[in-house]
Amino acid sequence: MISRAWPSAHPNSALLDREHVNSMSIAATHDPVAVYEQARRELRRARRAKEVLFLLLFAAVFAFSLIVGEVNLSTLAQGLPDLFGYISDTLPDISRDHIIAGVREWFWAFPKWLELLFDTIVIAFLGTLLGTVGALTFCFAGSRNLATNRWTYFIARRLMEVARSVPELVYALIFVYAFGLGAVPGVLAIMVHSTGALGKLFSEVNEDVHLGAVEGVRGAGGNWFQIIRLAVLPQVLPNYLSYILLRFEINVRSAAVIGFVGAGGIGQELMFVIREFVYTDISAIVLMIIATVSVIDVTCEKLRHRFIEGHHGA
Amino acid sequence: MTARQCISGDVRIDMAREKWPWIFSPPAGQRARVYGAWLALAGATVFGLWHTGFFDLTRLVNGFSKLGWLLEFMFPPAAHGWFLDFCQGIFQTLGMAFLGTLFAALIALPLGFLGARNVVSSFIIHFSLRRSFDCLRGIDTLIWALVFVHVVGLGPFAGILAIIVSDMGSFAKLFSEAIENIDRKQVDGVRAAGASEIEVIRFGILPQVIPIILSQALYYFESNTRSATILGIVGAGGIGLMLSDRIRVNNWDEACLIIIMILITVSVIDYLSRMIRQSIIQTEEYRP
Repeated sequence: MISRAWPSAHPNSALLDREHVNSMSIAATHDPVAVYEQARRELRRARRAKEVLFLLLFAAVFAFSLIVGEVNLSTLAQGLPDLFGYISDTLPDISRDHIIAGVREWFWAFPKWLELLFDTIVIAFLGTLLGTVGALTFCFAGSRNLATNRWTYFIARRLMEVARSVPELVYALIFVYAFGLGAVPGVLAIMVHSTGALGKLFSEVNEDVHLGAVEGVRGAGGNWFQIIRLAVLPQVLPNYLSYILLRFEINVRSAAVIGFVGAGGIGQELMFVIREFVYTDISAIVLMIIATVSVIDVTCEKLRHRFIEGHHGA
Repeated sequence: MTARQCISGDVRIDMAREKWPWIFSPPAGQRARVYGAWLALAGATVFGLWHTGFFDLTRLVNGFSKLGWLLEFMFPPAAHGWFLDFCQGIFQTLGMAFLGTLFAALIALPLGFLGARNVVSSFIIHFSLRRSFDCLRGIDTLIWALVFVHVVGLGPFAGILAIIVSDMGSFAKLFSEAIENIDRKQVDGVRAAGASEIEVIRFGILPQVIPIILSQALYYFESNTRSATILGIVGAGGIGLMLSDRIRVNNWDEACLIIIMILITVSVIDYLSRMIRQSIIQTEEYRP
């Protein structure tokens, strides 16, 4: 396409057709179009085998997934109208004359749901806080520049890895079995997962500290705890706070659904109304969750910027 | 503290401290604010612990002793002849994540172009599309899974649909942001050569955003394998269904094996996707 549009830069290039140019050696023509075309063709040839292999692999994975995923177009064709029907069923039937009454009826259990949302936020708060404590316990032993011996380093790393690799919901299932229904297993599940997730981020921050301060405190005779307290913590605290707030945002989302397995909060109620097909309640609760999550996201983002900027300003 | 003793041993510093005490400690207002913040945090924590029922000590003690007993039952992990079924569950989970991510990305691509300010300049379209992406994103995958289980029935298909719908919003947002951040020169060049609108998108915009889109899709595939493992807990197929069944009927050694298999799968997928992401970014950089 480009060669067709190219004006005849070389006096001969207009006369030569493309096949001819390509058959000649590149050095002889000096025609930039021919050079480009030749290079492009060679590159494509070199890449073709790889591309074909990749396509075959992709097709195989795709076909395999279709089979194991039990994807069924007839189910989808049947289900799609059902989905739109379901979603429109969840929306309330509010007449134009009685908007306020309609909304009031839609959010008929507003105080109760607000209370459950409050529980959800408390679960997320406690989970984040206790998770931070856990992360602080392991992160110093788990960062390469601060670890005092190989074994504590190895153990701290592996513990944090396991803690963050298992999803919260799985911990919640186990803890609900042990502690019974309620908010306690929810808090513990979020705590364990946050310990792993925050611990990894904290130790990454620790590995970036300037060693000057560490050497200074060590030189003045400080022990390991004093090095952490006086040399490392002042450097990493703003980053810690920012990560903690980010984790809190994520945990509010998780706390909202952790009730699906009986671990307290608004999720339990949402599970109930979906199971019992109380259509308009579903949309009301989901809207309240979205509103809460966005308010917390915006607030935390503002706070995060303040912490980080305040640090740079100082 | 040794460091502090060193300093206080110096007589001149002691004199200075007596003369200008405010230099050696932060101003009263700031100190009050710091103490207040700590007090508020402590108060909120105690209230939260009381509110969620952490002060019910007998329940806590019982719970932890039961937890210890559970851990004892978990080891050694065992399959009891279910190993191949577990493998099938893992592959089903991977298939769900793969198809969900693939279709979400394919559907989000045109939506991303519509939501990009430099492709569609209408404020109303841009604004309303962005807000609907936000709405889709705001609803957790697990909630969608629960809804789809009621629409298309139990099984992995519900999980795939849940991943598609909830990731569509995130992808569309990311794609339109990537499109808005492209280099204008390439677009202008293609347009100046007389290309139509479609050709401008194909030759001016797509080559710039494809690497970003691919690496985002891989990243989401990675995170979707994690979330797909739990979709089964609400009945949307995969390994999660087996795990929650084992926990419900107290087969703790099998549950432990499943958890270990999930951990291995997730780390293998992490490793593979990181490798592919790096190779994509490299080949795209050297493309002539």
